[in-house]
Amino acid sequence: MRQRSLIAITAALAAGALTLTACGSRDGGDKNGSGSGSGGTTVTIGVDAPLTGDLSAMGLGIKNSADLAAKNANKKNYVKGVTFKIEALDDQAQPSAGQQNATKLVADKNVLGVVGPLNSSVAESMQKVFDDAKLVEVSPANTGPSLTQGPDWQNKKVRQYKSYFRTATTDAIQGPFAAQYVYNDAKKQKVFVIDDKKTYGAGLAATFTEEFKKLGGKVVGTEHINPDTKDFSAVATKVKKSGADVVYYGGEYPQAGPLSKQIKAAGAKIPLVGGDGINDATYGKLAGPDSTGDLATSVGAPVETLPSAKQFVADYKAAGYKDEYSAYGGYSYDSAWAIIEAVKKVVDDNGGKLPSDARAKVTEAMQNVSFDGVTGKVSFDEYGDATNKQLTVYAVKNGAFTPVKSGTFTG
Amino acid sequence: MNELPQQLVNGLLLGSMYGLVAIGYTMVYGIVQLINFAHGEIFMTGAFGALTVYVYILPDGTSMWVALPLMLIGAIIVAVLVAMGAERFAYRPLRTAPRLAPLITAIGLSLALQQAVWAWYPDAKSARTFPQIPGGPFHVGNVTIQTGDIFLLLAAPVSMAVLGYFVMKTRTGRGMQATAQDPDTAKLMGINTDRIIVVAFALGAAFAAVGGVAYGLKYGQIEFRMGFILGLKAFTAAVLGGIGNIYGAMIGGVVLGIAETLATAYIADLPGMEKFGSQSWADVWAFVLLILVLLFRPQGLLGERVADRA
Repeated sequence: MRQRSLIAITAALAAGALTLTACGSRDGGDKNGSGSGSGGTTVTIGVDAPLTGDLSAMGLGIKNSADLAAKNANKKNYVKGVTFKIEALDDQAQPSAGQQNATKLVADKNVLGVVGPLNSSVAESMQKVFDDAKLVEVSPANTGPSLTQGPDWQNKKVRQYKSYFRTATTDAIQGPFAAQYVYNDAKKQKVFVIDDKKTYGAGLAATFTEEFKKLGGKVVGTEHINPDTKDFSAVATKVKKSGADVVYYGGEYPQAGPLSKQIKAAGAKIPLVGGDGINDATYGKLAGPDSTGDLATSVGAPVETLPSAKQFVADYKAAGYKDEYSAYGGYSYDSAWAIIEAVKKVVDDNGGKLPSDARAKVTEAMQNVSFDGVTGKVSFDEYGDATNKQLTVYAVKNGAFTPVKSGTFTG
Repeated sequence: MNELPQQLVNGLLLGSMYGLVAIGYTMVYGIVQLINFAHGEIFMTGAFGALTVYVYILPDGTSMWVALPLMLIGAIIVAVLVAMGAERFAYRPLRTAPRLAPLITAIGLSLALQQAVWAWYPDAKSARTFPQIPGGPFHVGNVTIQTGDIFLLLAAPVSMAVLGYFVMKTRTGRGMQATAQDPDTAKLMGINTDRIIVVAFALGAAFAAVGGVAYGLKYGQIEFRMGFILGLKAFTAAVLGGIGNIYGAMIGGVVLGIAETLATAYIADLPGMEKFGSQSWADVWAFVLLILVLLFRPQGLLGERVADRA
């Protein structure tokens, strides 16, 4: 009977291996020296983002942009006597890895602020760890409304953690903004809604659906995909059968690209619409030539068109990073810069030195930070959300997302 | 529009891919009773081998009709070399060790191969696009078949026929059967069992490589993690069909693929089941099917009830 029990053990191991791969190379934090500066105190800005795995294109953009902010602050000697450097850790888009990174960053006394993470689900696992240590966290990319406004955000907003801020706009604005564009401008009435069941994707799909119905549109089908596979042919066939004239996908580009491709291959030549999670340069490549006309909303105005962003783009190029700044580059720079501003305020108030309770002071100072950043005016409301509520719709043209319409969501 | 034929074709295609990979699991298991968990990664390296031939060896703009056979050869060479290397350096030293040792080695090797491709293959940190066969989709009735799928539809049965001929008719093939039945007696009869084992690994890798090329053509992209879930599914298919039986691997793959597809397509339409019908539940239904089959036929669909050795 040994063989049969062997198969049983094997199956158990297989299940174990599934979870194991999630935490391979957990120690992938690069230590980037960021210029030497003027000596004195060194302040570390932690960065947590997926630096490996299929979301690494966005994660590396976040890391490099934060690094650029630290370098610029050092070059300008922006905070006298303080040199900034970044410590980037890889969360592989996994909440468990994110929490370990958070613990690691908290343990390092030089860390006075953290930029990241990319994923709302990862943020959920990190918030409490940072809050207990009074360590400020500024996410450039989290869009899940409950992170700042609590699980019951639609009825009663409650600030969750005093140490959590974000420069990104929430799904509570992004989903409805997309719905308005799809219904009013693109004139689509029958939507098939798909999500990946993650915090970000499901949340976005829900806020989109609600607004789309309110406007008078019809939801002709819903589907939840398994983000681990690339075979969406069964779903694509369902979409075609439903007679939808547009697909809304709440999720990220590694799945959105193949999904769009397979929907078109199944014979439904209808646009796929998504949020900032699919707005990546890789999307057009993954989705193929038929993806022309697919839409993505993204927070803020397009980085390339803002005058304040030209400098950022030029600096980024000059710094010679290997990877693109991607969808969140500008927000990551602003997140890191917000931490730098807060540190500056604390140091200035304390006669040019870091106080002993620097972390708590920096968190306090963050609430009132206000400056003109890469993406426009950067400041935070009473929940820790960005006050800048601008959004842009992008459409795929020649394989790349190009801006079509910017606007502010007014509800 | 009746979508059933289309969904059956979707399932058949997905299942054929599972089947091509499952053959490797089943052959190695049949001969050395090892579940080679690195097999999914061998499938992945095969796909990258094909991509290497197209992107780095052939001149730009080579027609796919010329490139495809060469890519297939490249894929098979890479996958077979990786599999033979794995057998020689990871599994053979553990041949006499308790069975769990090579199993854990296989899991470790699987992770190592993934990370190696991630780290050293150019631009493999995110998905890489795979060349596509030109030409529009074909319509048979209301079923749409993509050009990339044609390859899979042809490759799977042809591979099975070749394998069947090889195992039944050639000397090496009969040696494999003998080794599978009783390695010690086979050795006494003058069969070089070490060589037979290498052949089993190599053959499994070759079919996985064909599967890898089919994956690239079908989905238009390959990535370092593509073999992991697919490998687990293929292993499931091998168990479903009766592990150790090569035809069972293909049948198990097709049954699993169709089950997943139909679960996605229809379960939500059953009254009260809307919540359990989405694609994210398809795996659950596929495994429910596996459990049911194993309850009534513990040896799998085509497996034979053999007396357990050891």
